[in-house]
Amino acid sequence: NSGTKIHGNRCDGGIKCLKQASNATTTFLCSAAQPLSPPSSVLRNEDLKEMLESNKESLKLEAMKRVVGLIAKGKNASELFPAVVKNVASKNIELKKLVYVYLVRYAEEQQDLALLSISTFQRALKEPNQFIRASALRVLSSIRVPIIVPIMMLAIKEAAADMSPYVRKTSAHAIQKLYSLDPDQKEQLIEVIEKLLKDKSTLVAGSVVVAFEEVCPDRIDLIHKNYRKLCNLLVDVEEWGQVVIISMLTRYARTQFTSPWKEGASFEENNEKAFYASDSEEKSERTEAEAYVMDPDHRLLLRNTKPLLQSRNTAVVMSVAQLYWHLAPRHEVNLVTKSLVRLLRSHREVQYIVLQNIATMSIQRKGMFEPYMKSFYVRSTDATHIKTLKLEILTNLANEANISTILREFQTYVKSQDKAFAAATIQAIGRCATNISEVTDTCLNGLVLLLSNRDETVVAESVVVIKKLLQTQPTQHSEIIKHMAKLFDNITVSMARASILWLMGEYCDRVPKIAPDVLRKMAKSFTAEEDIVKLQTVNLAAKLYLTNSKQTKLLTQYILNLGKYDQSYDIRDRTRFIRQLIVPNEKSGALNKYARRILLAPKPAPVLESAFKDRDRYQLGTLSHSLNSKASGYQELSDWPAVAPDQSVRNVEVVEPVQEWAPSVGKTKKLKSDDKFYSDNEEEKAEEESESSEGSSSSSSSSSGGGKMVADVYSRASFQVTAPSFGPVKTYELLHHMTGKGLSAKYHFPRQPCLHQPGMVAVQVTLSNGSDRSLEEIHVGDRSPASLNIHCFNTIERLEPEASVTVSMGIDFSDSTQAANFQLCTKEDGFSVSIQPAVGELLMPSSLSEQDFSREQGEKKILQAPLVQLQAKCALLLCVFNIRR
Amino acid sequence: MIHSLFLINASGDIFLEKHWKSVVSRSVCDYFFEAQERASEPENVPPVIPTPHHYLISVLRHRIYFVAVIQSEVPPLFVIEFLHRVVDTFQDYFGVCTEAAIKDNVVVVYELLEEMLDNGFPLATESNILKELIKPPTILRTMVNTITGSTNVGEQLPTGQLSVVPWRRTGVKYTNNEAYFDVVEEIDAIIDKSGSTITAEIQGVIDACVKLTGMPDLTLSFMNPRLLDDVSFHPCVRFKRWEAERILSFIPPDGNFRLLSYHVSSQNLVAIPVYVKHNITFREGSSQGRFDLTLGPKQTMGKAVEAVLVSSQLPRGVLNANLNASQGTYTFDPVTKMLTWDVGKINPQKLPSLKGSMNLQAGASKPDENPTINIQLKIQQMAISGLKVNRLDMYGEKYKPFKGIKYMTKAGKFQVRT
Repeated sequence: NSGTKIHGNRCDGGIKCLKQASNATTTFLCSAAQPLSPPSSVLRNEDLKEMLESNKESLKLEAMKRVVGLIAKGKNASELFPAVVKNVASKNIELKKLVYVYLVRYAEEQQDLALLSISTFQRALKEPNQFIRASALRVLSSIRVPIIVPIMMLAIKEAAADMSPYVRKTSAHAIQKLYSLDPDQKEQLIEVIEKLLKDKSTLVAGSVVVAFEEVCPDRIDLIHKNYRKLCNLLVDVEEWGQVVIISMLTRYARTQFTSPWKEGASFEENNEKAFYASDSEEKSERTEAEAYVMDPDHRLLLRNTKPLLQSRNTAVVMSVAQLYWHLAPRHEVNLVTKSLVRLLRSHREVQYIVLQNIATMSIQRKGMFEPYMKSFYVRSTDATHIKTLKLEILTNLANEANISTILREFQTYVKSQDKAFAAATIQAIGRCATNISEVTDTCLNGLVLLLSNRDETVVAESVVVIKKLLQTQPTQHSEIIKHMAKLFDNITVSMARASILWLMGEYCDRVPKIAPDVLRKMAKSFTAEEDIVKLQTVNLAAKLYLTNSKQTKLLTQYILNLGKYDQSYDIRDRTRFIRQLIVPNEKSGALNKYARRILLAPKPAPVLESAFKDRDRYQLGTLSHSLNSKASGYQELSDWPAVAPDQSVRNVEVVEPVQEWAPSVGKTKKLKSDDKFYSDNEEEKAEEESESSEGSSSSSSSSSGGGKMVADVYSRASFQVTAPSFGPVKTYELLHHMTGKGLSAKYHFPRQPCLHQPGMVAVQVTLSNGSDRSLEEIHVGDRSPASLNIHCFNTIERLEPEASVTVSMGIDFSDSTQAANFQLCTKEDGFSVSIQPAVGELLMPSSLSEQDFSREQGEKKILQAPLVQLQAKCALLLCVFNIRR
Repeated sequence: MIHSLFLINASGDIFLEKHWKSVVSRSVCDYFFEAQERASEPENVPPVIPTPHHYLISVLRHRIYFVAVIQSEVPPLFVIEFLHRVVDTFQDYFGVCTEAAIKDNVVVVYELLEEMLDNGFPLATESNILKELIKPPTILRTMVNTITGSTNVGEQLPTGQLSVVPWRRTGVKYTNNEAYFDVVEEIDAIIDKSGSTITAEIQGVIDACVKLTGMPDLTLSFMNPRLLDDVSFHPCVRFKRWEAERILSFIPPDGNFRLLSYHVSSQNLVAIPVYVKHNITFREGSSQGRFDLTLGPKQTMGKAVEAVLVSSQLPRGVLNANLNASQGTYTFDPVTKMLTWDVGKINPQKLPSLKGSMNLQAGASKPDENPTINIQLKIQQMAISGLKVNRLDMYGEKYKPFKGIKYMTKAGKFQVRT
């Protein structure tokens, strides 16, 4: 029904338009298109207005869809504002969403009308549905109307304390919006940021750091207390948040920790005599470990970012790479190489950025990318900017050992159809030739051969590069100069002509016969040359006048006269200057005597260096680095402080967990930490906290490990499995040291989701060596019943006397209280042990608010859930009723 | 972060714009058009363009430029990666990402863009989450919606947003539970004139299509995991498990996704599946050139080489080519000078060849570069690195899923220099 009506409307409009158009063409004889378009759009708008004001939802929706179509095309639809804004409270969610889109787009233009919608949002902010609350906040904060700043502020503050992490995330976004609308709110907003930074949800972390970076990037003090938390949450944060957190933490770390590179530098200073030997970094690193001790927090950051190199998101990989580049000890930076090379397989645009960064890195550290040299070989299908970057990197990587391979590769490139690329290759050959003296002659010969190339740009570029090379090689190269003089007539590219002229002048004593002849030719064509060629002609004339005035006096006079009346003031200026300098007359002063020494002074050779040489002043991976100029809002990376600021600022008030394992167990700790989920560090922390049994731990986040699945089974009921256990943890004896020949074992239930498998119950076993010799190869042996599903801890290679180690294992009790029997073995012996769980230990802790509980109870989810759960052989659920009054 | 987005088609029309903060005039794109004019090829437009007040970061896919407008410092890869994600999402929703598809679905596109970014910062980019928010348009659904008045837009927060497995939606149900894995390897190689390999490497991906009920927990193990040198994972893969045991353990997203991409360690010699015998010559002074190309199988481990496509950019001076293909068809585009030869399957008994002459522009000198030959090919049922999946196990659910694994080898950037 409604469909036909729309159709009808459209037809009507169309017919009217046609009529008008035909009128227009007959009366005014203009082109049909011009008079047609304005009335048609007016009509459309009226149609749309009518549809929006109709009673039918479907009509309204159809109209809104068209309005959005107009907005998308960039057409102005602001006239419809009053009609659209009426629908803001619509029940139809899609219609409402489209109205939101419209509002955000036009509210700034129609501020008064936009205010009509505000109360709807204020109401929606109180909705029980978190999604609606979040959307309302999103739109409210996107309406750029200064009058509602206080309302926004209030809404943000409330949302920042919302139960739902999704709403809190939205509030973090809203902070930035409000800040850009009214920067005066900064102080209040910082308070909200400070509060949100403390948030433990991975969902919020990324967004609040973005807000921090935008509003108060200099308030580094806000980060201290949250530093460790951010490091630990990092792997579980969504990928976009990871990028901003990593780049913020890079900046933070550069202000808080001392340089891990310092020792290398001082080593070199101390051993000035060993200067030659200490050139390579590897050597300097040997002594590094002696004095420098890395801050554990610094190490924490490096360790927790490393797995992210495996991310599928190229931006994350790049940000970890830059973090390692700016923060890691020299020998660890190589870790990132492989991952960066991997990114080269990605889209062209990604390649471009990654290659730029590799170019900067490869200047300082050839060794990093040398093994992957072949990955930078150019393919004929690459885009030009990719080709030039690859060339740049290959040139940076060139050394004595690989130069022959690289030059062979370059030979192919020179023949490329892409002439701009061929020219760039010639430049690159020139750079290789100056950097590696062994190949200078080979390169020079190769370039001379290119002079007979058919393509002009190739020849011209060769001339320019040869000129530079000859300057660095002040030996006898008169043959090459003669050869170039012969070519001179055929070369038309001005830069190349100018280069040859300069060479002639500079080395005129080596080609005494040819140079004056070239000058003669130039005198003939002087007026038709480009400026740069003219300047060099004047230059050549002056030099020849000084060395060989007999032959060239008249020619020089002639050229100077031409130059005097040239159109370009540059050339007139130069001519005047040269004339005064070389031609002695009564007015010229003392300078004249020194003309020869001025013009024919030995000149330093130009240094051919990479365009990426100074790029490292910008943080890698940033826009500024990419553009090689400071982008607005770029935050400098500070130098390492000479003395580390107070480390204790990062301590969190929570009672620090007692280290249960002996200090010598660094190795075993590592062993134990594998076979877990991404977030092992978080796990470890959580374990530590539960061990500290005082119940003071409240910080561990619930979002880890196997609890995921269990939580998901219940996600309809929106249960959150809470990890921390309140109240004392009871420890049971597993093996007494008398029976265990020195090995004793205790266990307790950490009451956390098991990391290994969802159905398992996590058990923590503390193994101690009470004997006077070290125990080796402690592992779990036979079990009974044989079907018993145990996730064993990894074999502990060695346990020193008096040392102890805590390991975690998972046991599937099959939801029964039957004991699990297994053998605990050392290298020599095996001891049968058994773990019997209490019923409560089979359950999973979970917290619920009172309202939620009664609601769930009403729906009978809770009462039935455990039963379902039992059947499903999953871990169980313990409801801790958190009645808040 | 990302201020606005403009979509520009091949002919330089802005056909869609979206702003996440205050409106940026579309005249900012003029700087982009300038850069476009300067670039000889569409691919050569620099991805990052500075303008007086903004920065333009663009990607080109499916002949559409996606131009993001940035106002202040942001990692450029962040924006590029996001733009590619947008394209992937469009492809996922509409099957293709063309100007027509985007224009037809402009409302869905707008709804998607609205959900994907909030204030220029990515909000939801996981396909599973987006699909709960905005259902992909299908003919059936459009019809049902017009009749019943229901909408494509979800009213609830997608469960994934809050869960710790955000990539998977809950309440998934299938009658046929299936999990398919495609191991696809690509050989990137440069072969020089004489037929020796300059560089060759293998890159692989495992693409999965998983349609399993509930919350399955899968593990996938390889016979020879040591082959994998460098890997990148879908966020669902448990990294620690891989580090320790070289086993892929994960709760999969629902539907299609890329589980893993990998690089085969460079110590292993790469088998080159085909060889090319070529003789492309231009004689000095004559307006004729000779073209002679023969393909043959090299190291294929007994498998057939299929879907072979040879393409080559001939020198600019070539006017026309009169060739004779022993099998398949060839085309020569006299404007772009692109020669394409669709060979099909290589028969080892009767090697395919393409022979004939090329006509050069009269009076033009002999081109000094010989063209590069690009080869595409496919070999079914084989991963050229020798990678083999050992087993796939499922935990957490009771039913028996149907499992399938397919191997394929393709040529990636496979070039032969002549």
